[in-house]
Amino acid sequence: MNFAVLQFPASNCDQDALHVVKNVLGQSARFVWHKENSLAGFDAVIIPGGFSYGDYLRTGAIARFSPIMQAVQAFAARGGPVLGICNGFQILCEAGLLPGALIRNRSLQFRCEHIFLKTAAHDSPFTGKIPDGKLLRIPIAHGEGCYFADDATVAKLEANRQILWQYVNATGELTERSSPNGSLRNIAGICNEARNVAGLMPHPERASELLLGSADGLLIFESLLSWLQANLAKAA
Amino acid sequence: MKAKIIVTPKKAVLDPQGKTVANALEQMGYKGIGAVHVGKYLEIDLPGSDKETWRRQLDEACHKILSNPVIEDYQVEIE
Repeated sequence: MNFAVLQFPASNCDQDALHVVKNVLGQSARFVWHKENSLAGFDAVIIPGGFSYGDYLRTGAIARFSPIMQAVQAFAARGGPVLGICNGFQILCEAGLLPGALIRNRSLQFRCEHIFLKTAAHDSPFTGKIPDGKLLRIPIAHGEGCYFADDATVAKLEANRQILWQYVNATGELTERSSPNGSLRNIAGICNEARNVAGLMPHPERASELLLGSADGLLIFESLLSWLQANLAKAA
Repeated sequence: MKAKIIVTPKKAVLDPQGKTVANALEQMGYKGIGAVHVGKYLEIDLPGSDKETWRRQLDEACHKILSNPVIEDYQVEIE
C-alpha cells in the first residue's frame, strides 16, 4: 500500500509517521509537500502532528487552505482513508472534514505524557485490529487538545458511534481526571459519518515500537493497513 | 479605511484563559469582577471607500478563516 504523509511548514511528526509506515509496517510512503495538489496513486493519507504555520490565528486554521488540502477533500469524498494526528486532527476540524474544534486545554498547560485510551468503536478503518478491551498506552503532546462541539453535534457523534477513542485511567474507567485536556466526553479521537476520516490528539507514531516504551500505537496503523488490504481484495 | 475585527470565544465554550485572568485580577485586589473572556483583535488596512463591499467580503473572511464559527463569535467595524 502507498501512504502519503503530508508536510506543512512546521510539521514535526512527519518523519516519525513516515518511519512507522515504511520501516515498521513495511509499506511504501512518501512525503507530500503542502503546495502539491494531487494525491494520485496514494491509498491512504496521514496528516502528521506539529505546529503548522506556527499555530497562527488558530491551530490548523491556515494549513487548511494549503493547495494539498483541496486534494485531501477530494480524496476523502471518494472514500479514501485520512488519519490526522494531533495538529493533523486540528487541521481536519478546521477544514470541516471532522466536526467540532480543538481548543486550549482546560488546565492551560501544554501536556506531554503517556495516557491510556479506550477504543469506543471498532468498526472503522482505524480501529478494526484493536482487540476488545485493550487499553492503548500512547503519548500526548499538546496545548490545544480539548475537544469541543455543540450538544447537537456531540449527540450525533454518539448516535453514529463516531467517537473512536476516549481518555481513560489505567483500569479503563472514564473519569474526569483521566482526561488530560478537558475534552467533552473524554474524547481523544473521532471519525466522520462515513468513517473514512479520523483524527486523534495522541501520537500513535510515537508508540509503535517497544524500544519507545509502547507499541500500542501500531495497532492503529495495522488496522488501517488491514482495512486497505481487505478493500483491495474486495475490489479484485 | 481600516477594519477592526474582534473575535471572542462563544459563551457556551469553556474559556480557561478568561477564567485564569479573572482569578488573577481577583487576587490582585480587583474585587467583584465578573466573567472575563479573552479574544483576538485584528486591524486590517483597506483600500478605497466602499464600506459595504468590504463589509460583505470581511464577513465572508471571518466565516472562512479569521474566526472558527464552531467556537467563536466576531464583530466587524469599518472606519
